[in-house]
Order: sequence, then C-alpha cells, then structure tokens
Amino acid sequence: MSAMTDDAAGFEPDAGLVPSEAKIARREMVRQLLRSKTFITGNIIVGFWIFWAIAGSRLTPDDPLEQTDNILKAPSSAYWFGTDQFGRDILSRVLAGATSTLTVAPLATLIAIVCGTAIGLVTGYFGGIADETISRFVDAVLALPLIVIAVSVLTALGSSNVTLIFVIGLVFTPPVSRTVRATVLGERQLDYVQAAQLRGERAPYIMFVEILPNIMGPIVVEATVRLGYAIFAIAGLTFLGFGVQPPSPDWSLQISENYTLLNSGTYWWTVLFACVAIATLVIGVNLIADGLQQVVDE
Amino acid sequence: MLVFVTASLLPGDIGRNILGPFASESDVAIFNKAAGVDRPLITQYLDWISSFLRGDLGTSLQYRVPVSDLLGPSFVNSIKLAAVAFAIVVPLSIIGGTVSGLRRNSVTDRVITVTGVSFTAIPEFVTAIVFILLFGLWLGWLPVSATAPEGSNVFTQVEYLLLPSFALVAVLFGYIARITRASVIESVDADYTRTAYLKGLTKKQVVSRHVLRNSLLPTIAVVATQVGYLIGGLLVIEKLFNYNGIGLRIYTAAVNKDYPMLQSGVLLVGIVYLLATLVADILYSLLNPRIRVGGDQ
Repeated sequence: MSAMTDDAAGFEPDAGLVPSEAKIARREMVRQLLRSKTFITGNIIVGFWIFWAIAGSRLTPDDPLEQTDNILKAPSSAYWFGTDQFGRDILSRVLAGATSTLTVAPLATLIAIVCGTAIGLVTGYFGGIADETISRFVDAVLALPLIVIAVSVLTALGSSNVTLIFVIGLVFTPPVSRTVRATVLGERQLDYVQAAQLRGERAPYIMFVEILPNIMGPIVVEATVRLGYAIFAIAGLTFLGFGVQPPSPDWSLQISENYTLLNSGTYWWTVLFACVAIATLVIGVNLIADGLQQVVDE
Repeated sequence: MLVFVTASLLPGDIGRNILGPFASESDVAIFNKAAGVDRPLITQYLDWISSFLRGDLGTSLQYRVPVSDLLGPSFVNSIKLAAVAFAIVVPLSIIGGTVSGLRRNSVTDRVITVTGVSFTAIPEFVTAIVFILLFGLWLGWLPVSATAPEGSNVFTQVEYLLLPSFALVAVLFGYIARITRASVIESVDADYTRTAYLKGLTKKQVVSRHVLRNSLLPTIAVVATQVGYLIGGLLVIEKLFNYNGIGLRIYTAAVNKDYPMLQSGVLLVGIVYLLATLVADILYSLLNPRIRVGGDQ
C-alpha cells in the first residue's frame, strides 16, 4: 500500500477509508470462521499433520528408516502400529510420512494458484483475442483426465518430486484460471475499476492492485479446494510410482509397497494406518475449505 | 485438441529402455532406427496421427504386436468395470441426493452429505484397500481379485468387479449426490412445486413429476463430467487389482516408455471422454424442452 500512496496522492481520503473498511470486513470474517465448527475441526486435524510434517523424524519414537530384525510384527506395546517387511516402526513412518505430502501438495497448489490467478486476471480483464486463445487452450487441457495428462508428462520427463510438483501445478492451473476469470468478469463492471480506468491507471496496476485484493476470498477458497485435489492426485501418482521414491516414509508409497502382502488378510497394519493418515488429512483440508466457502459466500 | 497432449510426449531413449542397461550402444541405435524413433519428432508425430486416422494404431514397442490387439480387450474390460461402477453409483447417489434434498438439514441429510463429502475426498486406492480388508478378507463376502476365472458367467464376472467398483463408487457418490441435493432443494422451493401441491397432487406425484424431472438435469451433466475422473480412477484401481483394463495398459506403457501404446491409449481415453460429454449434451436437451432447438414453444 505504501508504494502506491505517491501515485494516488489526490485520493488520500479514499486510500485511508478503503483499508479500514476492509479491515472491519476481515475481522468479521475471522470471527465467523472461529465460530464455524467445520473450520475449527479441519484446522485441528491439519494442524496435527503440519506439526508432524515439520517435526519429521526428529520426534518420532523410532527412526522411520531404521531397519531391524523385528519383521512384520503385529501392533504391540513395543510397536504400537506394528512393523513392516524391513522391520521399520510403522508408527514412526506414518508420523514422519506427513512431511512429503505436506511439501509436494502445497507447493504444487501454490504454483497453480499463482499461474492460474495471473492468467485468470489477464483473460478476464482484457477479454477479446487473448481471452479466446487462452480459454480454448484451457479447454483443450481440460479435455483429458488430469491423471492421464500427468502420467504422460511424468513419463516423458521422468519421475521425481520436483517434476511432480511442477506437473500437478501446471495441470491445476487451467481450472484455477477459469474460476478467477469468472470472478474478474464480475468485478470488471464495478465502479472502482472504472474509476481507476478514468484516473488513467495502467492495466497491470488495475489488475493486481485494484482487482486482486477484492477477489482474494474466492481465491483462498479455490486454493484450499485445490489443495484437497492436489493431495488426492499426488497420492494416486505416488501410489503408481511417479512421485516420491523409496525408502521415503510417504503414505502412498507405504501403501504401494505393502498392499501385495494383504493377500491373506494378515499384515493389515502395514497399510491400514497409512490409509487412515491420508484419509484424515484430506478430510481435514476439505473441512477447512467448506468452512471458508460458507463464510466467503455470505 | 488432444494433439497438444500427445505432442508433448518427448521420448526418452526408448531402445535403451527396452533392451535394458546392458545392451551395447550400437544395438540400441539399430533398435531405435528399426522402430523409427530416431527420426525428428514432428515426422514421427505426423506419421503416427495419419495412421491413427486410418485405424492403424502402430506396433507396441514392448510386446511387438499391434497396439489394437492389446488395447481392444483391455478397453472392453474397462468398460465392464466402469459399467458396474456407474450402475451402482448413479441410482444410489440420485436416491441419496433426493432423500437429503427433501429432508434438508435433518439427521439423514447430515449423514448422507458428510459421508459423501468425506469419501469423495479420499483417494480411491485408500478406500479400495479398506474395502478389500473389510469385505474381501475379514468378512470374506467378496472375491479380492477383479478378474473372474476364464469362461465364468455374467453374474460371477459382476461379483468379481464389485470390490474394485466400490472404491470408484465411493469417490463419485459425493459429487453426484451433492449436485442432486442442491437441485432438488432448488426445485422444492420453486413456484411450480407450490402450484403442484396447491392443485391437490400428492407428495409422491409432486416429487416424481415435478421435483425429480427438473432436478435430474444438472445431475446428468455432472455424471458425464465424472467420466473424466472415472478414467483416472481406473488407472489407479486397475493397477491396484492388477486388472487388465485400459488404465493398466496406459500405466504399463508409461512405465516401459512404450510410446505407440501410451499415445493410442491416451487418445482413446480422450475420445471416450469427448463422446461422454456429447452424449450428456444430447440427453440434456432431450430431457429439457426449454433448450430444444425449434421446440414447441
């Protein structure tokens, strides 16, 4: 805001009024969020996993990568969640497994949100040929199932965490840009945009300084919803072997390494706890998204 | 449209991949030449697209047999699995969505909505594994393998496909039920529903003739868009159950850098997706007289 005060010197009273109104609105929003049970529950669950993602193997009872002679032991007081085929403690692996999911998925979402917002702002604001061209391209990308695109591209570029982040980020860009474009179309007609145009502000300024702050609500909702989808897609791709590689304690990887042991119904603990971990995380993220959506919609 | 994606497939060293790390440099070069993968990308691409249009999908680099011989049966298998999944999920979620829409904010509504939303968010292989443990191994109600023994009848085949389709059902149910619920609520609140009640129709008549007929429109649209998800889901589920479908073919081709197979598989999947969207549009206009071109109005 401070950088723009020179430009908008003639509009001092406005510039002083707008932030305070925005601040009140924001405070009201936070108050509503804190009353939303869905939002709070989601945050507790996700907060738990963020804690373990940061703590990682430093706080787990055992080293998640350490192999012992206690192979495929059922859950007991020594190993609460049992051990896997290499004698590794599953409780430690499940806790430390939060790290990879909670790095890859948020980074991919961040790329998608940044690129998608930029594209959505440009296409929504300018319309015309730029909009037509980019929107047709977006339609083309959306014409194929996301996983199929991701698998094709990962095959061509090779599997690694970094590639996975970029692939998911780029594949998720079109849907984000579509949402942002629709929101911008609504904002463009409003008085404040026309006022800025009459003031002679340049297009990038209007898009990023005037419009962007006003559509942050829908963008934040879109980001949480996308994060849920990103975890879903990344889990699937990692399960197929296109993401994190062994011996990482990643949840999907644990499941794909161990599900063949299920045949007889013994060794259920090698996969079930990782399943529960993924399930709680995605449900937590979706609860947050639902809570935000309700507040933003009002 | 699909051209973009297939064109983006940049081959790695295919000869090296198939002949293995111990093959000599010259053998790899000979193989690449024979397979035609040493030519410029654009030539390969034009070549491939023109033969595709003539119905020739090329030869699998991995299995050395025509791609169509392998893709055909796999495609049929996937259709079977998808059909079972849709046959379960469509009625189930329409009933679920209608019930929760009609009893808005009741306990039933809460239970249906929360279960739906949660299952939708959980990756399909996670639910699949829990279902395998529960119904397949602990309770022993359903076969754990997806492939029925050779020559078994339709019922046995369906029975084998139940477990893999449950996971897909779990993901799809939430989406479809949510849309149905929203549109049921909308039509319950609409004026025409009130009119229908006021002219003395029973609740049953109102629901079946007025509410459902109007609220199923968006549902049909959403079912068709879910075909796209379903194909992605098949990739994961077929791998999990080692079921010879198009998803497993695409997966295997991707892992082995079998480009002719991968490209044909992806293109086929894209075509199916486009057809599904088209069918949805047609159904939509059949069911909704308002957008029928040259309608009675």
